[in-house]
Amino acid sequence: MTIDPITLSVIQSGLQQVCDEMDLSFSRAAFSPVIAEANDRSDGIYSAVDGALISQGASGLPVFVGTMQYSTRTLIKMISEGTVAAPVPGDIYIVNDPYLGGTHLMDVRFAMPFYRDGEIFCWLSNTGHWPDTGGAVPGGFSASATSVEQEGLRLPPVRLFKQGELDMEIYSIICSNIRVAEQRIGDVKAQAAALLVGAERLGRILDRYGDDVVKEAIEELRQRAADQMRANVGLIPNGVYRSKAYVDSDGVVNEPLVINLAITAKDGELTFDFSGSSDPCMGPMNSVLATTHSSVYLAMRHIFPDVPISAGAFEPLKIIRPEGTFLDAQYPRPVSGCAAEVSQRIAEAVFAALVEALPDRVTASPAGSSGNFALGGYDPSRERGYVMYQISGGGYGGNSDHDGLSNGCSTIGISKAPPVEIMEQQYPVLYHRYALREGSGGAGKQRGGFGLDYEIELLRGQATASFVMDHGRFGPQGALGGKDGKPNTVTVWQGGEAIVPEHLSKAQDIPLKPGDRVRVGTPGGGGYGKPEDRDPKLVAEDVRLGRYTAQEASDLFGVDVV
Amino acid sequence: MNVPQSPSKEITASKVAGVDVGGTFTDLVMYDAETRTVRLAKTPTTLDNQAFGVLKALELADADLATLDLIVHGTTTTTNAVLERTLCKTGLITTEGFRDVLELGRRTRPNAYGMKGEFRPVIPRDLRLEVPQRLYADGGVYKELDEAAFKSALQQLLDKGCESLVIHFLHSYANPAHELRAGEIAAKIWPNENITLGHALLSESREFERGVTAAINASVQPLLRRYVERLADQLADKGYRHDVLVMNGNGGMVSARRVAIEAAKTVMSGPASGVMAAAYTGRRAKIPNLLTYDMGGTSTDVALIRDAEPAVSNEIEIEYAMPIHVPMVDVRTVGAGGGSIARITEAGLLQVGPESAGSTPGPICYGRGGTEPTISDANLLLGRMNPEKLNSVSSTVSLADIEGIFADKLGKALGVSAQEAAAAVLRIANTRMADAVRMVSVSLGEDPRDYALFAFGGAGPLHATAIARELGVPRVLVPSRPGITNALGCVVADLRHDFVNTVNKPLSVLEIDAVHALFDQQSAEGRTLIEKENVEIEELREIYSVDMQFIGQTHLLRVPLPGPRPTLEELQDLFEKAYFNRFHVELPEIKASLVNVNCSVIGRRSEIDLSLLIDPAGRKSTLEDALTGTRKVWFDGLVDTPIYWRDHLPLDAQITGPAIIEQMDTTIVIDPGDKAVQDADGNIIIELGAGV
Repeated sequence: MTIDPITLSVIQSGLQQVCDEMDLSFSRAAFSPVIAEANDRSDGIYSAVDGALISQGASGLPVFVGTMQYSTRTLIKMISEGTVAAPVPGDIYIVNDPYLGGTHLMDVRFAMPFYRDGEIFCWLSNTGHWPDTGGAVPGGFSASATSVEQEGLRLPPVRLFKQGELDMEIYSIICSNIRVAEQRIGDVKAQAAALLVGAERLGRILDRYGDDVVKEAIEELRQRAADQMRANVGLIPNGVYRSKAYVDSDGVVNEPLVINLAITAKDGELTFDFSGSSDPCMGPMNSVLATTHSSVYLAMRHIFPDVPISAGAFEPLKIIRPEGTFLDAQYPRPVSGCAAEVSQRIAEAVFAALVEALPDRVTASPAGSSGNFALGGYDPSRERGYVMYQISGGGYGGNSDHDGLSNGCSTIGISKAPPVEIMEQQYPVLYHRYALREGSGGAGKQRGGFGLDYEIELLRGQATASFVMDHGRFGPQGALGGKDGKPNTVTVWQGGEAIVPEHLSKAQDIPLKPGDRVRVGTPGGGGYGKPEDRDPKLVAEDVRLGRYTAQEASDLFGVDVV
Repeated sequence: MNVPQSPSKEITASKVAGVDVGGTFTDLVMYDAETRTVRLAKTPTTLDNQAFGVLKALELADADLATLDLIVHGTTTTTNAVLERTLCKTGLITTEGFRDVLELGRRTRPNAYGMKGEFRPVIPRDLRLEVPQRLYADGGVYKELDEAAFKSALQQLLDKGCESLVIHFLHSYANPAHELRAGEIAAKIWPNENITLGHALLSESREFERGVTAAINASVQPLLRRYVERLADQLADKGYRHDVLVMNGNGGMVSARRVAIEAAKTVMSGPASGVMAAAYTGRRAKIPNLLTYDMGGTSTDVALIRDAEPAVSNEIEIEYAMPIHVPMVDVRTVGAGGGSIARITEAGLLQVGPESAGSTPGPICYGRGGTEPTISDANLLLGRMNPEKLNSVSSTVSLADIEGIFADKLGKALGVSAQEAAAAVLRIANTRMADAVRMVSVSLGEDPRDYALFAFGGAGPLHATAIARELGVPRVLVPSRPGITNALGCVVADLRHDFVNTVNKPLSVLEIDAVHALFDQQSAEGRTLIEKENVEIEELREIYSVDMQFIGQTHLLRVPLPGPRPTLEELQDLFEKAYFNRFHVELPEIKASLVNVNCSVIGRRSEIDLSLLIDPAGRKSTLEDALTGTRKVWFDGLVDTPIYWRDHLPLDAQITGPAIIEQMDTTIVIDPGDKAVQDADGNIIIELGAGV
């Protein structure tokens, strides 16, 4: 090693800073609230050779932790094969094809080669969740799509910016195929501007330390991240760790999908084998390979948050390609549920497999659903159509330190849910409750956190309700003797009659009239450790605060609270 | 501009004392305009009752309370209560179906990675009650307030021993009628004045943020009320005849008689007063664009000042899921301070922080049992801080002990000496802190290179030149008394009231006359409030701005205005310019919208002569006379470095680095090749690289 460790640390934080500034710039300038408010985006630096992740913004959405290196790798390969036009300085590619290293169609990726002395030094890339990319339903989450064409416009890698200029021909094709197109120019410019900010900052670092030194540092950092992950993974005794996790259904065929995971730990490396998982499904609950990998990585990062995000950290994690399963979907399988739901079930499988080996670090299973509820309709008093999204959290798993958090964000996200007051300002609905879902936390020595219980009434006009949620059939898993959290529930009142969707957590286009209501109970987190080991004083406190009834205290914890 | 006031009510504040209670010390600056003297005092903060420390500081400064015209007080009473959750028992009455809003939050988790984490709501679930009542989003009534149920809820909360009350109804920002009516009923039944209405502090939508703001206000209100009343009584007993003014988080001050009504506004008052002092110092020094860098033992506060006005934010979160959405000086806290611990990671890289030795056990050099190498220890080991201080602090730890720990825990793994390891610790720490400062500046849309670094706090001036160099900032300003900047902030603070009105209309349909009328109304209200304070002011002025966005965007961009009469064309033009400066993007395709109309009314008090902060009589006539010695200090290797005593420096002294300037409350490091001069106020201004 010729580069000194101090310079190495300085360059590491410099590269991190470049990505953090790209994240910040993207969010602040973006129009789509999904990006601007919910930070459903990510920015990073990728290797010029193989697209390997060099550094990624700390505030990026966790599900993108591994995906962009696959899309960048694919792009580099396609350029070298001549299937995609080679770049010149100032070009920026756009791509959203899920099968080319992506997630679902709404996650649109930009990639820009970064040049030094006429050569590509590295790639800067970012992903932003666009509010719409066309397809059967506004927003793209069709619970009953059976092919990707129904989900929206699919873009292969094309140069949207050529030598710094937006290609209006490509842009007009995009705009003609998506909803609310007039605002997309703001997101496109914000997404491109973030890459330019990154290029400017990265250039300054290279000028200061020298291209060769930075190149060497990048290689060294990759090696060290691998060492760090190996040291962490080495805490897991050699052996095979198994788990199963279930997706309720694919939205089309009402049968559960199983994720069958066997993790083999050997001398600081983990091998993830998903064989035995369900076949590719008809409905949109398929995962593409990049998302499956990313889900494993983000689960491991939840367990070891100190390891920097870089390709090196992934090296000790070997994932056997789950060919022939729904975790390696091929064209034209529909995939809209992969980033929001299937990814969380994969993470749950990883947690469930490793919690016994790492009881101090891993929690019981969290709610693990994004809780997408979309209401589309026409508001007669404002004379306009609308699509409303209610996303919601659920209980987190109990863990060695404390009870699970209530109404936590999805495992793969960091976005906040919108306030009720804002929803009611914008859409013709009235919330009758937005409350802690009592009794939902899985019992355990440390119990799971509580889910959310909300009820919405449609005030005016006709509308249809669609749901893409999960954990309706099975609750989030308890660990080490803890009980499962309560499953997700959806009830629709049409004209005073209560209806439970056939697929429990998934349904599309249920018609609603004014006065009809929707009530959702989101999952509680899994319990950790045996319920009978819970301090009776804590059980009594939960009863005093109305989180459990006295009956539940007796049934679940064996504690009689008077 | 001079504002005519009735002379009979007016106080000519020629003798004013600023007292700031910090986490460790209570500091005082007393300024007498007639005798042109300044007195300073520092005494340990008395945590159980901060008033003892305040009285002690006044006593140490020999203050004659009978002749003192004004006491301005910065207190951490409410800050500590919130952070340590020593809150008053508070009850909440809210809309049916919504009592859990304060506990559910916005569906978040404390860290992006890691599925652990806890959250404790400000008000526990059994003290959150619901009553039948509901408004639509436009303020129309869906369900009338059930007054009988409300009275019964009040009684339940009283029976449970609640001392303070929050009434928080959905959409009260659109129509406060139900909250006002409930407030009327409560006023007859509730045994004290501690009643907070949700819309009163913050009349904006977002039920969680408004609710938490109100809940924090209510839970600290009785504490603050008791504290300021007791303090005022004690001061009166000792002969003080005027109002005590208390610092607010917006950098203005308000009478102790009224401060508790909006108690939540005092939660960030300590850091705000430091920034106000920086803005004041910078304006006088004609360096109006500053990044403030206040480094203490456990954390570092950073803020941005543009044209001598600190950036203000309405969206401050004081800790995870604890938003206080009232206008406050935008101070960002970075979790790195003198106590940050250096360690070698599993990857063999040197890392500084985020773990901190805190104040107990603290750095090794405190001699309280600390065994982990920290930033403070590195400064000591490298001669940047005076090693003789070690003897005065503790006899149990020697420099050799510290050297041994650095060699053992860091040097071995890095293959370097203890000193080289310490230098590496500082380099890493400075890089990280510079990154944090840069993010603050970039997030506010400013390039740090256009600013000067204002270094204060006990450790700020030790690191300032190195951080400025990382940032490309050309100059560093070190004020006369970096360790008591917050107390100085109390002395120089303005009277200030901030107003925000939401308009939310595209420019295409905006009636500009309505905007002008809002500005007039805000300005008139502010002037009325300031006149009520009975404090002499030299100048009354307004700052006008609007918050704008392109239609469809959710983030707002603040656009400062030259005056209260902008035309639509000017608004469009100023917004486009501000947007381009911030994002380097032009969007002719999309229309702009005006969201908020803002006005701050500021009453400026008479000038304070800052040159008196260091006794002019104590200054020596030559630089040589200010020299106290030399010692070896590490600058890429050990260098014989002259050490000066700040209070002895002649005002026209010019110092070329390497040099160390020591003073009672801090140590200033001047790197080789940098040049330091003083201005008329006694500020040290270091020009980076100017001495070569």
